[in-house]
Amino acid sequence: MGNDLVVPAIVAVTLITVAIGFYGLRLARTTSDFLVASRVVSPTWNAAAIGGEYLSAASFLGVAGLILKYGVDVLWYPVGFAAGYLALLLFVAAPLRRSGAFTLPDFCELRLGSRRLRTLATIFVIFIGWLYLVPQLQGAGLTLATLTGSPYPIGALVVGAVVTANVALGGMRAVTFVQAFQYWLKLTALALPAIFLALQWQADGRPAVTPPDGATFRTATTVVVEQRAVLTLGDGQTLEVRPGDELSFAEGEPVPEVSGVANGATDWLLPSDAGSDDRGLFATYSLILATFLGTMGLPHVLVRFYTNPDGAAARRTTLVVLALVGVFYLLPTIYGVLGRIYTPQLLVTGQTDAVVVLLPEAALGAGTTGRLLAALVAAGAFAAFLSTSSGLLTSVAGVISTDVLGRGSVRGFRLATVIAGVVPMVLALNVSGMDVSQVVGLAFAVAASSFCPLLVLGIWWRGLTDAGAAAGILVGGGAAVTSVLVTVLGPALTGWPASLIAQPAAWTVPLAFTVMVAVSLATRRRAPTDVGRTMLRLHAPDALRS
Amino acid sequence: MGGNISAVIGVFSLVSVLAGALFAVGRLRGRRGIATPGQRATYEVLHTAGLAAEPLRAGLNPAGAAKAARHLRTLIGSEGLALADTDDLLALDGRGAHHREQLRAAARRVITSERSTVLGEAELTCNRIDCPVRGAVVAPLGGASGRIAGALVAVTGGAPAPGLVQATLETAHWAGSQVALAELDSSRERLARAEVRALRAQISPHFIYNALTAIGSFVRTDPERARELILEFAEFTRYSFRAHGEFTTLAEELRSIDRYLTIERARFGDRLQVRLQIAPEVLPVTLPFLCLQPLVENAVRHGLSRKPGTGMVSIEAQDAGAECHITVEDDGVGMDPATLTAGIAELAGSTGDPGDDPGQHVGLSNVDERLRSVFGDRFGLVVETGVGSGTKVSMRVPKFHPGVRAGS
Repeated sequence: MGNDLVVPAIVAVTLITVAIGFYGLRLARTTSDFLVASRVVSPTWNAAAIGGEYLSAASFLGVAGLILKYGVDVLWYPVGFAAGYLALLLFVAAPLRRSGAFTLPDFCELRLGSRRLRTLATIFVIFIGWLYLVPQLQGAGLTLATLTGSPYPIGALVVGAVVTANVALGGMRAVTFVQAFQYWLKLTALALPAIFLALQWQADGRPAVTPPDGATFRTATTVVVEQRAVLTLGDGQTLEVRPGDELSFAEGEPVPEVSGVANGATDWLLPSDAGSDDRGLFATYSLILATFLGTMGLPHVLVRFYTNPDGAAARRTTLVVLALVGVFYLLPTIYGVLGRIYTPQLLVTGQTDAVVVLLPEAALGAGTTGRLLAALVAAGAFAAFLSTSSGLLTSVAGVISTDVLGRGSVRGFRLATVIAGVVPMVLALNVSGMDVSQVVGLAFAVAASSFCPLLVLGIWWRGLTDAGAAAGILVGGGAAVTSVLVTVLGPALTGWPASLIAQPAAWTVPLAFTVMVAVSLATRRRAPTDVGRTMLRLHAPDALRS
Repeated sequence: MGGNISAVIGVFSLVSVLAGALFAVGRLRGRRGIATPGQRATYEVLHTAGLAAEPLRAGLNPAGAAKAARHLRTLIGSEGLALADTDDLLALDGRGAHHREQLRAAARRVITSERSTVLGEAELTCNRIDCPVRGAVVAPLGGASGRIAGALVAVTGGAPAPGLVQATLETAHWAGSQVALAELDSSRERLARAEVRALRAQISPHFIYNALTAIGSFVRTDPERARELILEFAEFTRYSFRAHGEFTTLAEELRSIDRYLTIERARFGDRLQVRLQIAPEVLPVTLPFLCLQPLVENAVRHGLSRKPGTGMVSIEAQDAGAECHITVEDDGVGMDPATLTAGIAELAGSTGDPGDDPGQHVGLSNVDERLRSVFGDRFGLVVETGVGSGTKVSMRVPKFHPGVRAGS
C-alpha cells in the first residue's frame, strides 16, 4: 500500500489540529476591538462544530463498510445518525439550553435536585463516553494498519496517546473553530474523491453493482484472511479459512461467498425478508429507536449546546446540524456501493471498514490522482477520529474531574484525562473484531435507554420524581449496559436471545420509559416542590426572562 | 411468537428480581447498623426530626407546614397536629379538623400571650358524639430575636398527659429554632443584595466625576465624539444601576466593560492600552452581576493612574472544561501583598469608614465574598501582585451551578 503521501497527509492534519487548538484562539482573538471579542458563536459555526465533533470514525469509515457488507438493511445507520438530531430539535434543544445546564448530570441536579441521581447520571455519562471512544480508537488503529502496515494495537495506542496528551495539555478545550474546520475537512475529504470515483465508474462503462452472477474480481488479487470464516467458492465448493491464510484470485473470477455476509444480488439490494423471520425486522426497529433517541444522550453533543446564547439559537443550530450531517451521510453510501465493484476482496478479509481508505487507489489506480485522493481520504479519516475522540475525552474528563475527583483544578482535569483515555485504549485492544459502526450503535442504545427518557420526561412531564428517574435509568439503561457487556464479552448467542441482546433498544427504551413513569407515579410525594419554577425556566421564551 | 414472548417475559422478570434483590440488600444493610433499642430510638427521632426540619427551613408557609406537620405528629405521637403562623392555622395533620376554629383561636391567644396553654374537654366542645378530640396542647414557636413566629398545636384523644405536654413543648422549641434559622437565611440573602446595591452606589462617584470631566473636554473640540461618549455613559449607568437580577452573563458584563473602557480611553488617550482574549464559548457563562467590572476598574486605576507612560490592561477569558477562567491583569505599580491582606482584614473587622483608599480593597473583597457565597469557597479570587510588578486577578466560574441563572 506504498502510498507515500498518506503519512504526510495524516501528520499535516494532526499538526494543524493541534496548532489551531493551541494558537488559533490566540491569533484570532488578540484584538482591542471588544465587539469582535464579545461576539457570540453564530448558529452556523456552532452547527459545523457539532457536526465536526459528531461525525466520527464510525460515520466516516464504518457506515461505508457496513453498506459494503450488509447492503440496504444498514442504510438505517446513516439515516438514524442524522435523524437523531430531529428528535433533539423537537424535544430537547431549546429547553435544555434555557435550563443553563452544561452536562447531563447538571440537568439532573437542576430538574430533580438530587445529588444521588447526579452521581448515577455521571456513571452513565462515563460509560457511554468510553463505549463511544473505543470504536474511534479501533478505527484509528485499523486505518493506520491498512495504510502503513503497522500492527493494529500500535496504531490504536499511538493515536490514543496523542489525543490524550493533546486534551490533557489543553489543546482541545472545546475550540469551536477547530471543530468547525474539521467538519468541512471531513466533508471535502469524502466529497472530492466521491466525484472522481463516480466519474471513473462512468468511464468504466458503469459496471453493475450487483451483477446477476455475483461480484467478480476486476483485477488479479491476493487476499490475506484476517478472520476465521467459511467461504463458498464460485464452483460451489466450501472452504474454511483461518487468519493468515493467503488466497489468490485471477481477474474476472467470482468473489467467494463469505458466511454471514450479504453477497448475492438480492440479499444485498433488498431489505431482509420480513416474512420468514421477524428478527431482521426487530433489529431494524431497534436500530431506528437507538439512533433516533440516542443522539440526545451523547455527552459531547449536549455540551456544545451551551455555547449558544439562548434557546432560539440552540434550535437554529440543531436545524443547521441536521442539514450538514444529512449532506455528509450521502457520501459513505456511495463508497459502500462502489466498494462492491472495486474492492470486493474486503468481503473475504472481513476488513470492510477499510473500504473508504482503499477505494480511491483501487478504482483510480496508483497514479498521482489516485494517491492524492487516497491521502486526502486518509487525512479526513484522521480528522474524524481526532475531533470526535478529543471532544468525547474532554467531556468525559470534565465529568470525572468535577464529579468523581471532586476538584476543578487544572491538575485534576489532567489526571482525569489520563484516566479517561487509558480505559478505552485498553478496551480497544480487545474488540478489534467488531464492526466500528456496531459498537457505536451500542453506545447509542445505552444513551437512548437511559438519558432519552430522563430528558424527554424531565422536560415535558411535571410528574417526574428523582426516584422514578433513577429507577428508569437503572432498569432501562442497566438492561442496555448488560446487553452491551454480553455482546462484547459474553458467549455467542443464537436465535431470539442473540437479536434481543445485539440490538437491545427496542425493548430497553420502552422499559426505561415505563419504569420511569410508573415509579414516578408511585412516589408522587417526592416530586420537587419547585417544579413549576423549573418548568417555567425551561419553556418560557428567552425574551420573557429578562 | 410464543417463544419470543416467553423470552421477553423471562428477561423482564430476571431484571425485576435483580432489582428487588438489590433493594432488599440495601434495606437490610441500612438496618444492620442500629443495634440497641436506645440507638434505634435515637436514630428514629433524629431521622424524623430531620425530615421535618427540611420544610421548616424554607420558612412558615402552608406547603412547608403541611409537610412538616406530618413528621412532627409522628415525633410527638399525638392524634392530630396543627401549625399556625401569626395570621392563621397553616396546616393540620391527623384528627381534629372540625375543631379548626377553636384551635385557631387558641393559637392566636398563645401567640399574643407568648405562653403555652393546655386545652381541656371544656374548651373543645362539639356536638359529635364520637369526637376523638379530648384535649390539646398549644405551644408558641419562637422565631429569630425572641419574636414569636407561630404556634404548634398537638391534639390528643384524652386529657393531655404531662409527658405529652413536655414533648410538645420541647418539639415546639426545636421547631421554633428551625424557623428562626430560616429567617436568618433570608436575612443573609437580603444582606447580600444590599451589598450589591452598596457596590453599585460605591463605584460610581469617582468614575462619574472623571467621565463627565473627560466628556466635557470634548464638547467644544469634537462635539460628535462627546455625543457618542455621553450615549455610552448613559448605557453604562443603565446597566450598572439596573434594579433587578443578581446574575448576568459574561457577554453582558463584557459589553458594559467595553463602554467603561471607551470612556476611560477618552480620558487617558493612548496611555491606556487594552488587550482582550475572550473564548467565544464562554460568553454565555452566568456570573454574579458586576463581579468583573470592579476588577477592570481596579486594573485601570493601578495600571495607569499612579505611573507615568502607557499602561496595559489585559482581560482574558478561557474555556476550561466545566469551568471558565477569567483573568484581569495590569502592568502598573502593583502593591505589597501584605498591605492587600491587611487591608482586607481591616475591612472585615471595621464597620465604619474603610480608610484612605476605599476603592481597591472594597472592590476586591466584595467580589471575592460574593463569588464565594454564590459558588462556594473553592471559587474565590486569586490575586497575584508585588510592588512594581503589576497585579493579576484571576477567578474561576463554573459553567453550571444550581440556583445560578442569568436574569433571575
